[in-house]
Amino acid sequence: MRKVVVTGVGAVHPLGLGARLLFDRWMAGEVGIQGGEAPCSDFEPTTHLSKKEARRADRFTQLAMVAGDEAIASAGWDDEQPYDPARVGTVVGTGIGGLATMEHGQTMLLQAGPEKVPPLSVPLMMGNAASGVLAMRYGFRGPSFGTVSACAAAGHAIGTAMRMIQYGEADAVLTGGAEAALTPLSIAAFAALDATSDSGISRPFDARRDGFVMGEGAGILILEEEEAAKARGATILGRFIGYGTTSDAHHLTAPEVEGRGAAAAITVALGDAGIEPSQIDYINAHGTSTPLNDRAETVALKRALGDDAKRIPVSSTKSAIGHLLGAAGAVEAIATLYALQERVAPPTLGYEQAEEDLDLDYVPQKPKPLNVNGRKPIALSNSFGFGGHNAVLVMEGT
Amino acid sequence: MTTQEIDENMAASPEAVEKCVREALPQFGVEPEDITRDATFEDLDVDSLDLAELSQVIEEEFGVALKGEDVAKIKTVGEAVDLVVSRS
Repeated sequence: MRKVVVTGVGAVHPLGLGARLLFDRWMAGEVGIQGGEAPCSDFEPTTHLSKKEARRADRFTQLAMVAGDEAIASAGWDDEQPYDPARVGTVVGTGIGGLATMEHGQTMLLQAGPEKVPPLSVPLMMGNAASGVLAMRYGFRGPSFGTVSACAAAGHAIGTAMRMIQYGEADAVLTGGAEAALTPLSIAAFAALDATSDSGISRPFDARRDGFVMGEGAGILILEEEEAAKARGATILGRFIGYGTTSDAHHLTAPEVEGRGAAAAITVALGDAGIEPSQIDYINAHGTSTPLNDRAETVALKRALGDDAKRIPVSSTKSAIGHLLGAAGAVEAIATLYALQERVAPPTLGYEQAEEDLDLDYVPQKPKPLNVNGRKPIALSNSFGFGGHNAVLVMEGT
Repeated sequence: MTTQEIDENMAASPEAVEKCVREALPQFGVEPEDITRDATFEDLDVDSLDLAELSQVIEEEFGVALKGEDVAKIKTVGEAVDLVVSRS
């Protein structure tokens, strides 16, 4: 089986612009949440995009374009692309797509009539827009589409990209996720579901957690087939070595309390990677800060990993940047790559009060070094979505 | 289009239509100084999506609906202006 390496990363997130900045600020204990939301406050589209590029893209696609440019530069592809464009794919997930565009179109429809609905409404709101625009932006002519599985969308995108390379469908794939759903409709709708936090605090696994804090952003990764990457002298940031995806087949929004579906995804991913629970050094949890997810995820980790669950540090990026929905899995995979590189488990910020049975090592408040004894460290990155979708990635550091 | 609706729209003089086009195109990212009657939409990087938006603005201002086959024929700013004037 062909192997898959990461050679480029880019991210726009509530702690700023830049993949490394996300990791550094999270490690330093910074939190990108203001007033119960986690917007990309530093992101001004026309600073990075031409007027035409900006108005041809919903905000979720704009975020993906800027993260994409960083990833391309980080892979060293900005001067010359090393692959036949027909052999390069583009798979970018989103949970919701261009919701602000849809809301604007709906407002125009109701206030001014059907003839005033903007012609760009459909091409901007469609969930595959980020994939289509990035494929065009870089001229990639291999397989290209979006993945849509709510908060597991980026996990599925990366897993799908990995398979494309493993099966020889592509030699490289630009992948990740993007989301910009901090809109009045979405904020009201998640609140009506009682999914978002009343306190406005994201504190995954803590007994006081009361819902997720919605964020926005994009994470883009460049994956390459290992031998080709080595042949071109690429800097390898890490590897994707396993992928597992399952369904709860249980409930539209609630996780299955026994964590069977999520545990099965972990088991499938470990089998795909050919590793045992004893080899896992760190888990980047889905850890949304909702009462149900964090409990079910803890149960799932114990179910899948047995006694090793209590040994392995488990932390949630969402403690620093809230929940980026369909971008979460990508931004978190990028943070996990840096954690593996630095041999450290970043902290679950704000974690103070344990809840009964939530008894894993959640890395409270401060980072914790990983004791890997000269081995290449291995991590899991979990993503679970409304609809009962579970996507688990197994990553290996260099 | 009823007579009353037409009366509500601006008179489609060549000057008025050209002014409307000159005001609309920069919103799509076109440099104002590049807009001349002879400039082609291709040179201005104005594509079918921009023309769909421009058609909406023109219909609002002058009550002239430009259909897909009309838009496909026009190549320059001047041709667009003349077509709108001739239809109004």
